Amino acid sequence: MATADYEEMPQISSLADDPGLPERLQKIWETKPGLYGWIATVDHKQIGIKYLVTAFAFLLLGGLEALVMRVQLAQPGERVLSPEQYDELFSMHGITMIFLYALPVLSGFSNFLFPLVLGSRDMAFPRLNAFSYWVYLAAGLFMYASFLVGAVPNDGWFNYAPYSLKTYNPGPNMDFYALGMIFLGISTTVGAANFIVTVMRLRAPGMSINRIPILVWGTTTISVGVLFAVPAVSLAFFLLWCDRQFGTHFYNADSGGQPLLWQHLFWMFAHPWVYIIVLPAMGMVSDALPILCRRPLVGYTVVVLGTVLTMVLGFGVWVHHMFAVGLPLVASSFFSGASFIITIPSAIAVFAWVATIWTGRPVFTTAFHYFAAFIVMFVIGGVSGVMTAAVPADLELTDTYFVVAHIHYVLIGINLFGVLGALYFWFPKMSGRLLDERWGKWGFWITFIGFNVAFLPMHLTGLMGMPRRVYTYPAEAGWGPINLLSTAGAFLLAIGILVVLADVIRSHRTGVFAGPNPWDAPTLEWSIPSPPPPYNFALIPAVASRHPLWEDRLQEGSGRSQLDRGFVLDDGKETLATTVLDAEPDIILKMPEDSPWPFITALVMCALFTGMLLQSVWVSAAAGVLILLCILFWLWPKRRLLQVARPQHG
Amino acid sequence: MMPGPLHPPGHLAVAPVLAMAAWLALAAGARAQTTSPEVAPLTPAQWPMNYWSAFGTQAHAINGLLWGLIWLSIIVCVLIAVLVVAGIAIRGRRGRQPATTPVERSGNGMAWIYIGVGLSTLVLVVYVGWTVATMAGIARPPAAPALTIDVTAHQWWWEFRYEDPDTSKVFATANEIHIPVGVPVSFKVTTADVIHSFWVPALGGKTDTIPGRTNTMWLEADKPGIYRGQCSEYCGEQHAQMALRIVADTPQDFAVWRSKQVAAAKPPTDDMTKAGLQRFQLRCGACHTIRGTPAAGAVGPDLTHLMSRTTIAAGMLANTPANLGGWIANPQSIKPGALMPNIELSGPELQAIETYLRTLE
Repeated sequence: MATADYEEMPQISSLADDPGLPERLQKIWETKPGLYGWIATVDHKQIGIKYLVTAFAFLLLGGLEALVMRVQLAQPGERVLSPEQYDELFSMHGITMIFLYALPVLSGFSNFLFPLVLGSRDMAFPRLNAFSYWVYLAAGLFMYASFLVGAVPNDGWFNYAPYSLKTYNPGPNMDFYALGMIFLGISTTVGAANFIVTVMRLRAPGMSINRIPILVWGTTTISVGVLFAVPAVSLAFFLLWCDRQFGTHFYNADSGGQPLLWQHLFWMFAHPWVYIIVLPAMGMVSDALPILCRRPLVGYTVVVLGTVLTMVLGFGVWVHHMFAVGLPLVASSFFSGASFIITIPSAIAVFAWVATIWTGRPVFTTAFHYFAAFIVMFVIGGVSGVMTAAVPADLELTDTYFVVAHIHYVLIGINLFGVLGALYFWFPKMSGRLLDERWGKWGFWITFIGFNVAFLPMHLTGLMGMPRRVYTYPAEAGWGPINLLSTAGAFLLAIGILVVLADVIRSHRTGVFAGPNPWDAPTLEWSIPSPPPPYNFALIPAVASRHPLWEDRLQEGSGRSQLDRGFVLDDGKETLATTVLDAEPDIILKMPEDSPWPFITALVMCALFTGMLLQSVWVSAAAGVLILLCILFWLWPKRRLLQVARPQHG
Repeated sequence: MMPGPLHPPGHLAVAPVLAMAAWLALAAGARAQTTSPEVAPLTPAQWPMNYWSAFGTQAHAINGLLWGLIWLSIIVCVLIAVLVVAGIAIRGRRGRQPATTPVERSGNGMAWIYIGVGLSTLVLVVYVGWTVATMAGIARPPAAPALTIDVTAHQWWWEFRYEDPDTSKVFATANEIHIPVGVPVSFKVTTADVIHSFWVPALGGKTDTIPGRTNTMWLEADKPGIYRGQCSEYCGEQHAQMALRIVADTPQDFAVWRSKQVAAAKPPTDDMTKAGLQRFQLRCGACHTIRGTPAAGAVGPDLTHLMSRTTIAAGMLANTPANLGGWIANPQSIKPGALMPNIELSGPELQAIETYLRTLE
């Protein structure tokens, strides 16, 4: 992002006056075809779709791991997996779903949608955006490389010390996880910074903060959360790595360290993380559900405030993961109370959605099915969470399958159902084609029934005392029949996901053309063609309300949004920056061209982390120097971006 | 326009509601069953690890709150599900399309949020109070504990040491302990290696074992019976096979058991068991203790009164001659990763050791 100091106002025009504009912009903005273009592109839409495809690939991997575990647990004393294999699978299942699927899939939607709903031509930092994706992919592959050397992380995603220390875990298993997480943290952090700056500066003129779509609020809120949460976990893993490689004593009680330090640092990150991976999905539902109810969302302002409040409170409840570690009564009471209170902002969202259905005219598309189911799943996951906030009950419930059921209602119910609904809703914008409604409904019902058959009974397995993370269980415990049912449900769920996937693959090639606005939706992304051209908006739109395309029907406000007349900005890659609160036009941004450096830098960083894994000082040092060189090439000042002083004329 | 017919998801949320009802019925049925007065060999008989039925003072206190929460949860889920389904049924129309359905801001709907959030807040406040009251109630035992037991968790078994002011009456055992009914028992919980969690669901909540710390907790059983417990914090390869049993006895039975446990092992009487002890000392004594013999290892379980326990290998196997022999011969095939190695024992050696161990009443 660089700014232009124009001496005169940029030109304002309309397509009627300047019919050649789209063609000129196409030439300026399009990515070169072929492998180079695929690697070098900084187009947020292409990066968003890459995120989505990669995240779904990890979803399938994590799902496959889950299915193998469900076979092992289908009956008591099963011997499909060795204990060691089971431990590795449940660890990688958690790591994959929580870190490599749940946030990246939301980042994919946000990357694709942010500039489109905000009325901009790209993200604030397009090359950083590409970098964020490549680092995510590299970190994911880095952690999965542990399968190739047969040293897969085996201490769960929560990775408690001292079991993760070298004394008990001598292989490189934990190093893959520790270094992989530090690596992934880089991607998450730069991605969050990019979202925040994009929201603050790249909104269309007139999109004051009370007109921003809720999905943007969701992602922006969690991006701020990421900036506070990720340092804790990067530090935690770095200290762990130091304990393992250099014999420091952060977590080792034998030499005066504190195993509980790990738990505090980890949950200070990981509890906010739970909200980080659901709030953007809630935001997408808050935007899309009302469109399918043919009315604006009930309670926009309180829903936004609830979103922000959830994130803030989310930082004050981490100890509810640790009620059994032996805390003073006062500390437990405080964190218990905070965990009850965090329910209130969630209740706002639930009642806002219910009210939207009751005061709207629901249209039963596949996306609507997912959103409606989402509300009920959200509530089930929410109330089981409240149960674990009550300390005495939690002392029984914690670390049993009850919590497994809870976390899956939260993560599948709120993240996956929201995501699948969003997929059916925004796929036409991404591909230009509609997904098939008949396939969609089959996929929905199979997924929905499979999910509930798999996970609803797990509440009961938990109340029957089955601990988490056990590779098998004795017949006398009586958990067999319910586990068999859960296994059957898990397979049904997997079939449902495959039906959705098949629909995506089919419709991508043969689906019915969607047109720009198949749902008659009100926001800016639906005012441009599907799929959008590389420059998104030929003319930068000016916004006068929350629902630019519904204004005439809702009679909102006095002004009208201007979509067919606006800033031209065709002197190279340009977009408009506006002021933070009111979105008044401020400056013109010079946007960077496609660049291979984000990809190359990520690749070299992968070499750095591999060097650290192999404990090779030379590989690490060489990679470190190369990274500096990459950054130098990447950031080398360019005249076109106005990073070099203009020649002085006479 | 969109291809394919559009079906109303009228019964959208019926599945979870029905399943919830089934769950409730099952749980309530089981609760009724397991609170029947007969003392089963494992209590509660059908699902020995469940905690919706309580057999101890602490568990009773927790149970009230737990059931209060379960009922609240079910009511809330059913209520919201009904609201969603009814909203869809009343407001939705089959075959309606987005593009042809008018957009309208009909009513502002804010009353839903005010009433919904107001009611939720009220209920939450009540539950916070209930929670804190219950916490205070179980923080301390109702009476001074009659007994203190030190618990040390190991990968993957439990070491128990009964404290006594008279040091000659202190004794250790493993994986299976007896306590008297009707009096609180205090537990000091720690670990020899990684974090575990000490948990006997029918009697009360769990307590983690943290390296370098000793957590205290208490339990009180109100009926004689055998209560199953299990490690509930992931602790490595055999986390799944780290069970324990608490046998709640009448005070008289407990006194008898305790006096037997305090005693050293009976010396071997015949040639076979003498040879067995001798081989045990040589092959097993570095890790295991049998009080009254030179075997005094502190790595594995104390075996002084091995035959007084109903299971071996931390609750994994019934303590039968066949299981015992198999376990000594090849623990790694039964419990891969266990810290007890496969030691190459000759046939006669194995037989002698096993015969000797079976005399350790």
